[in-house]
Amino acid sequence: MLSLLIQGAQMALVVALAPALVGLVRKVKARMLRRRGASIVQPYRDILRLMRKEVVLAENASWLFRVVPYMVFAATWVAAALVPTFATGLQFNWTADLIAIVALLGSARFFLALAGMDVGTAFGGIGASREMMIASMAEPAMLLAVFSVSLVAGSTQLSTVASYMATEDVGLRVSLGLALVALVIVALAENARIPVDNPTTHLELTMVHEAMVLEYSGRHLAMIEIAAALKLLLYISLIGCIFVPWGIASGSAGVLAYPLSLAFYIGKLAVGGVMLGVFEVSIAKMRVFRVPDFLGAALMLGLLGMLLLFVSRSL
Amino acid sequence: MDRIAFDIAHLLAGGLVLVSFMMIYQDRLYALLNVFALHAVVLSLSVSWQAYTQHAPHLYVTAAIALIFKAIIIPGVLHRIIRQMGIHREVEKVVGAGVTMLAGMGLVAMSIVLMLGLTEAADAFAREDLAFALSVVLLGLLMMVTRRNAVSQVVGFMSLENGLILAATGAKGMPLVVEISVAFSVLIAFIVIGVFLFRIRERFDTIDLGALDDYRGEHE
Amino acid sequence: MSAVDLSLFCVAALLALGPAAIVLRRLAAVSALVYGASALLCLVLTSVGVSVLAGAAEISGRVLPIGLPWLGAHWQLDALSAFFLLVVGFGGAAASIYAIGYGRHEQEPLRVLPFYPAFLGAMVLVVLAHDAFSFLLSWEVMSLLSWALVMAHHRAAGTQHAGYVYLVMAGFGTMALLLAFGLLAGSAGDYAFEAMRATQRSPAMAAAILALMLVGAGSKAGLVPLHVWLPLAHPAAPSHVSALMSGVMTKVALYGLIRVVFDLAGPLAWWASPAVIVLGATTAVLGILNALVASDIKKVLAYSTIENIGVIVAALGLALAFRANGMAATSALAFSAALFHIFNHAAFKSLLFMGAGNVLVATGQRELDALGGLIHRMPVTAFLMLVGALAISALPPLNGFASEWLLFQSVLKSPDLPQAGLQIIVPAAGAMLALAAALAAAAFVRLYGVGFLGRPRSEVAAKAVEVDRFSLAAMGALALVCVLAGIFPGVVLDLLAPAAEAMAHARLPVQADDAWQTLVPIAEARSTYNGLLVFLFIVFSATSSAWLVHRLASRRLRRGPAWDCGFPSDIANTQYGAGSFAQPLRRVLGTILLGAREDVSMPPPGDNRPARLGVIVRDVIWEGGYLRLSAIINAIATQSNRLQFLTIRRYLSLVVGSLVSLLLVLTIWN
Repeated sequence: MLSLLIQGAQMALVVALAPALVGLVRKVKARMLRRRGASIVQPYRDILRLMRKEVVLAENASWLFRVVPYMVFAATWVAAALVPTFATGLQFNWTADLIAIVALLGSARFFLALAGMDVGTAFGGIGASREMMIASMAEPAMLLAVFSVSLVAGSTQLSTVASYMATEDVGLRVSLGLALVALVIVALAENARIPVDNPTTHLELTMVHEAMVLEYSGRHLAMIEIAAALKLLLYISLIGCIFVPWGIASGSAGVLAYPLSLAFYIGKLAVGGVMLGVFEVSIAKMRVFRVPDFLGAALMLGLLGMLLLFVSRSL
Repeated sequence: MDRIAFDIAHLLAGGLVLVSFMMIYQDRLYALLNVFALHAVVLSLSVSWQAYTQHAPHLYVTAAIALIFKAIIIPGVLHRIIRQMGIHREVEKVVGAGVTMLAGMGLVAMSIVLMLGLTEAADAFAREDLAFALSVVLLGLLMMVTRRNAVSQVVGFMSLENGLILAATGAKGMPLVVEISVAFSVLIAFIVIGVFLFRIRERFDTIDLGALDDYRGEHE
Repeated sequence: MSAVDLSLFCVAALLALGPAAIVLRRLAAVSALVYGASALLCLVLTSVGVSVLAGAAEISGRVLPIGLPWLGAHWQLDALSAFFLLVVGFGGAAASIYAIGYGRHEQEPLRVLPFYPAFLGAMVLVVLAHDAFSFLLSWEVMSLLSWALVMAHHRAAGTQHAGYVYLVMAGFGTMALLLAFGLLAGSAGDYAFEAMRATQRSPAMAAAILALMLVGAGSKAGLVPLHVWLPLAHPAAPSHVSALMSGVMTKVALYGLIRVVFDLAGPLAWWASPAVIVLGATTAVLGILNALVASDIKKVLAYSTIENIGVIVAALGLALAFRANGMAATSALAFSAALFHIFNHAAFKSLLFMGAGNVLVATGQRELDALGGLIHRMPVTAFLMLVGALAISALPPLNGFASEWLLFQSVLKSPDLPQAGLQIIVPAAGAMLALAAALAAAAFVRLYGVGFLGRPRSEVAAKAVEVDRFSLAAMGALALVCVLAGIFPGVVLDLLAPAAEAMAHARLPVQADDAWQTLVPIAEARSTYNGLLVFLFIVFSATSSAWLVHRLASRRLRRGPAWDCGFPSDIANTQYGAGSFAQPLRRVLGTILLGAREDVSMPPPGDNRPARLGVIVRDVIWEGGYLRLSAIINAIATQSNRLQFLTIRRYLSLVVGSLVSLLLVLTIWN
């Protein structure tokens, strides 16, 4: 019963916190550029405003175009609900493992890319085509990082991984470091952050994600923005629960452990958001055709991490 | 060797392989030199850790040589050479970074399989250390093969030497004499190649080795 | 009546349907009659397969007094045969139902009707055969009949070339199979499968048999580099035959591989498996890269078949590696993943080829760049194609993901392997398979986005109309299979468990016991996946969020012109097309692997000619391998021509020389 409650709390929590995380990153970036920046709650206001507006739909948009925002949101939300944030041993943890979470995000992307193609504009196409290019490099890199992690932990089940990583058995492992770097690169690419894509530009040919959703407006756009924010939160939570697993309340801990672990989790999110903001202002965006090299490096890091794992395992 | 000592040694040696890969990924000469300096720093850390765990104070000398010569002096000199000679500051690659890294990955896999197969009797750390060292050596060679520019070839050669030193320190009880000779060989190689570099520059006004082929009649 | 007798009876009926079609050719309903009867017989075969797998029917054999007089024809229906009978049966049934509608558009039905049911029958015979002679005979009949079906539209451009290449490759493959069975039979020369199974072989001999089978069965299944005929022949056939060839016949080829390598050849050494794994992974990546740049909708599907065959072969290689090291349970996991993927691919590839057939019927076009906007004109086809595209891209909660997930789980068991080489090769192959899966998603976004979404790029696409109900019903059934197998993967896994058990010598844990239908291939703490819950969660959160937004926020909607950054254009060619969508990946991966070159001709300023961008994609294997090989063979043939103009004395000396050298060999041998 308690685990069901925690599952519900987590599902509500991730949706509630996601826009704040985006707001925090924007705020940090603005302050680093010596601007005042919008308030952290601005993304909530944006989403509410978009929700209330009417949808302007292109004349030849099909039913798929209208369904996609909800599908993208649903797939991302389910994925985010399965990552242990402040507590392991969630009710539905066993529904999907790490590989399935990666694939769920793949489903969301598949739908979004199709929506980009639906209206039949050049911008939607360019976004969809580049998004799929980036994804086809990022997904194997992500899976390799996942392989390294799950070979160390002996499981692809995130709860098990998180509990294992919090123990002393892990030790210092260069493979895990490599997997972390690979995962960070993938997270930057998948969330359309600098240096791969620029989340703040519109009307520019280098953009990927924003070009794909250019035709969306009103509540549809709001759903897609929430889904994007959720995805960012998911990746930070994922990195947090694998590499900084301390403070996550286990299933057997008492009720009193939860407020503390919640505070830990919010702290981790804040640190992740600040680091992302600082990183983004200190680096320039890449040319699109440099991105494969960048992601190729992540792929190689993942592979290298796995190779080094075998050196230390075969002792 | 207890667990944490082993983990740190593993981390440092693995870090050396990683920095070798970073060198392959670089496409600016200055960045390449900086990464090479990092390579030398990681090496000296690794060697000092060996000195600490093996209780072999003479290894600290090796670490110091690596740190002073390779991490500070040589990159500094090469920086100056590049500036003085006005070399084009992009690394000229024969094949793309992705392919080179893929090939490097294959080399690492090969050396791991080879070394773990050959040294089954040796103790755990030595096996692993040799596998990493061979990887670093092969990656250095790979870098020399896939770069046109003489400066990056020198850097590749020196990273290869770093691999040799890693191998030498991993094997317990190697006397200091050998290390000094290794360090000197690097220095000599550096001087020789440096002179060579100037000579190429004087003669042909370029340090692209491909230019030499014209004089051998091989280049079409 | 035993199961095998019933199956043989169905085969006889299928074989008889061919001549019947010729006799009844004047009848108006002959096409519907033949296809309807084929569908019924296939359904019977499917139920036979299911009942054997579920344990309701006994494993049974039958020897018919035909064929070689001292051998007879052995037929047997064991668990493995039953699984493939199920695949052939349901694939054949769906294709036949589809053809009841699709066949009406056939220009010359008599070029298809007599061969079609016999082709189905021959595939069933291959699966049932239990001696080398019947197996090879059925195999060859299957090849020839499918060739005849490929040649049905023999006047269409490229078909004759496709048929020629197919015939050459099929002949070459059968030669390799003959040699493999020769090695299997050994010096005793007993061609019954029982005798072959009982023979002891050295690991080197078993490896040689494996290599020959990879050539023989691999060329039929489409393994790189023997795949060249497949993207030519599969698209050239009528679409229901394409569905059969891609969805079912390639699986029958894999059946041959599995039967010989896992069952008959005996234990293989571990060093034989890396080759299989690497071959499979390479096939997967190369196949899907080619699919990504192909512009013909059926060619995209054919290349994607090559990718899926690669995935299955890699899984089989994993099963071999684990089995050679005595890890039977893990071997069963990898083998089950392979069988599951065989089942899944039969379902979604048939579905997709049928969708391509619908497009062909409605527009007469196979080129992606002449399509677009079909989701408005053909809504049902478009929806069913979407299900197929999602399934083949290995996206949860559909069936393609379930089998790939199992495969990745077995890849993750690689650290338990004792050989360092395998420990490294297996995860590297896993990375290649992940790359192939991600590229597959890109390829199918491209196929669906260009073909079905956007605005029509030609007159015919703008005027397309939805096709008949039989075609849609067949596709709907397959789409349902894709969804159900994705939601209840445990049911399928339990069904194919006897076949996996027979080959891998271990059984996966029974999946059906779990109340929530969770897949637990190894242990609960290690990895679990629940398709049902993922499906329910997605449906629940999508509908509830949609309902909440419509209820609480806004439900107003206005149609307007597309925004397109303020520069919308009426010209349909301003959309992203097939070539432009593939451009980033073509540049990143295709430059080396596909030999892709872009050719820009930019007129000088002041010149009014348009600038042109041409893309050249070459099949590196075709040009570098096959054309060079045929040149060499030609040169040798020209050289050996001189042998025709010798004097009698020289001929005699040739004969004497060969006789003496043979005797010499014998002398040294003894």
